[in-house]
Amino acid sequence: MFWNLFGGGDGIRLGTMENKFRRENPDLGLESVTLSWGSPYYTKLAMATVGGGPPDVAIMHLSRKGAFAPAGLLEPLDTDLLSKYGIGADKFLPAVWKSAEYKGNVYAVPLDTHPFVMYYNTDICKKAGLLGPDGQLKPLEGPDEVIHAFEAAKKVTGAFGLSFYPNDPAGGWRLFYTLYSQMGGKVLSPDTKEVVIDDAKARRVLEFMANLTLDSKVASADSAYPDSVALFQSGKAGFYWNGEWEVTTFQAAKMPFSIVPFPNVFGGNQAQADRHSFVIPRGVDAERREAAIKFISSMMKSSMTWAEGGHIPAYQPVATSAEYKKLKPQSNYAGVADDVVLDPLAWFSGSGSQMEIQASATFQAVMAGQLTPAQGLDKFKADLRTLIEAPKPF
Amino acid sequence: MEAPERVARPATRTSTTKPTGRRGSNLTGLIFLLPFLIVYTLFLLWPVILGLRMSFFNWSLVGGGASEFLGLQNYRELFGDPVFWVSLWHTGLFTLLSTPPLVLLALVLAMLVNRLRFAQWFFRFSFFAPFVLPVSVVALIWIWLFQPGFGLINSYLTSLGLGEVAWLPDKNVAMITAVLVTVWWTIGFNFVLYLAGLQEIPRDLYDASAVDGAGSLAQARWITIPMLSRTTVLVVVLQILASLKVFDQIYVMYTQGGLNYPATRPIIGYVFDQGFTSYRVGYASAMSYVFFVIILAVSVIWFVVARRRGESA
Repeated sequence: MFWNLFGGGDGIRLGTMENKFRRENPDLGLESVTLSWGSPYYTKLAMATVGGGPPDVAIMHLSRKGAFAPAGLLEPLDTDLLSKYGIGADKFLPAVWKSAEYKGNVYAVPLDTHPFVMYYNTDICKKAGLLGPDGQLKPLEGPDEVIHAFEAAKKVTGAFGLSFYPNDPAGGWRLFYTLYSQMGGKVLSPDTKEVVIDDAKARRVLEFMANLTLDSKVASADSAYPDSVALFQSGKAGFYWNGEWEVTTFQAAKMPFSIVPFPNVFGGNQAQADRHSFVIPRGVDAERREAAIKFISSMMKSSMTWAEGGHIPAYQPVATSAEYKKLKPQSNYAGVADDVVLDPLAWFSGSGSQMEIQASATFQAVMAGQLTPAQGLDKFKADLRTLIEAPKPF
Repeated sequence: MEAPERVARPATRTSTTKPTGRRGSNLTGLIFLLPFLIVYTLFLLWPVILGLRMSFFNWSLVGGGASEFLGLQNYRELFGDPVFWVSLWHTGLFTLLSTPPLVLLALVLAMLVNRLRFAQWFFRFSFFAPFVLPVSVVALIWIWLFQPGFGLINSYLTSLGLGEVAWLPDKNVAMITAVLVTVWWTIGFNFVLYLAGLQEIPRDLYDASAVDGAGSLAQARWITIPMLSRTTVLVVVLQILASLKVFDQIYVMYTQGGLNYPATRPIIGYVFDQGFTSYRVGYASAMSYVFFVIILAVSVIWFVVARRRGESA
């Protein structure tokens, strides 16, 4: 029994990989259950584990490790058993492997890294004079250059320069954390008991975000996720900020586009990212654990299929293969895999968490002009403090 | 099955109730009620009591349980939690905004349909149909209608020369959007209650008043509405309770369509978020109890007022 949260194209590619495993291991009777992404997925996973009926293996965002590992919801993985099936630290980038550890134990096997990136419409950017002689986007650096480029694109589209999704439970957080990390900012102390936000840096980020929607008006503060995809796809925006996972949507639409790493706005190349990983919940017996690891190993080896969906494969034999390097535009941004910043690891943070939802709502209010950047920052910090002070449920 | 037969018989002869007979019928009644009582106790009363216990602990969804006694700390936290109060206000506001149209509009529709001589079934069906739709379908239909640019409602607005409205994301409009959707979705229920009430009003009252020269407006004012007063009390009470329970349509429109959640999240939504997203069942239980007490207070006040009215009338 395997639980995952992949719909759309990811779900289809996962199905291909699963079928390969089924053909090779007909005796294991793989049963795959797809649940929808978001906080309910993690509620279900946690409750099934506590209730004694967990799946044998499940997908977990590594940003959720801060909640799941200390709560004892995960089975630490036996590294000997892993290496028997060809999985070990040597097959992953050190930073990636380390992100799967907690207190010296390995709790997860990373499948991919999925960073926040910048898509651009090659036709629109060409008309706006933003492409170099090689037909690639000229590198953008610093807030002014980025906004000028969006303004130029806006003149071409007549609608927006940039598409983004502030009206979303995760969008605002992803953008803020990307920009704030570029200045080297930290949100929580390592023990997650203190807010260590650098006010000056955070305010600069929020002012920049508000500038996009309020002053230069190159983006809309109202866009929800589906609108943002539609805006870019229909050519009403020249650029698009999102995770790389929509690449196949735009390929299927046969539109002219490419992808580059998130631009260096504030002095770094960091981008917010998360990693899908395989975990084994607590209470799975030894026999099924081994079957699960066999399954994970098979998934790693077929992760070239997975990479087509845009995610940077974590398994190095695939990530360094010639086949992957030929995969465009997916491999354009593969270099950022260890330059990314993962969400702070507290019990209340991570993909689909309360922190992400609250922060995104606050940042949207800033981008919509309902809060000034200073007010938004105060609210963000106050919300974080409330989360820190609340009794830990683990 | 001889025993129930024998004890049931005195009950049918009622009026000359002997004490023994009454006891017997009570017992039969109890036996008939038992299946319901068991389910009710197991799945409602018992969890309600458990919930009260949880609210005094740092009770987690994922274990923990009664390991950490907090006393009244959850309750203290709640009184200082602005989001709790804002969410409570959203629920109250939603009730204030949704109850009048859901009662008045249902009455008007029922009175109109009741006058029809033909095709009445068609209108009965049309107005009731949305009520049988599941919440997810309702939310998705309206999310599409409310879309900027290509949504039906906004394209009508622009073709009339009016500006587009950001129905879902705008914090000043979002609550009205939620009310609109709810009115469309649930008005059928009140409509059917009113229609049934209307059909119980004896025809002779209208005939007699017509003889006395009353027009249809006067009839509505002096016959229909007073004769419906019992139905109205029922409809209003059920509607207030239903509106106070609002959660699902707002939640689905938020997750699937970007409805402004901070501007609409009802108290049950916040209980859900704390309990199931943050795993803090203890805190969520404490909030549920405060909400429960508030509903109880509203019900008691309503009961007292309604009784006094009944006595004075």
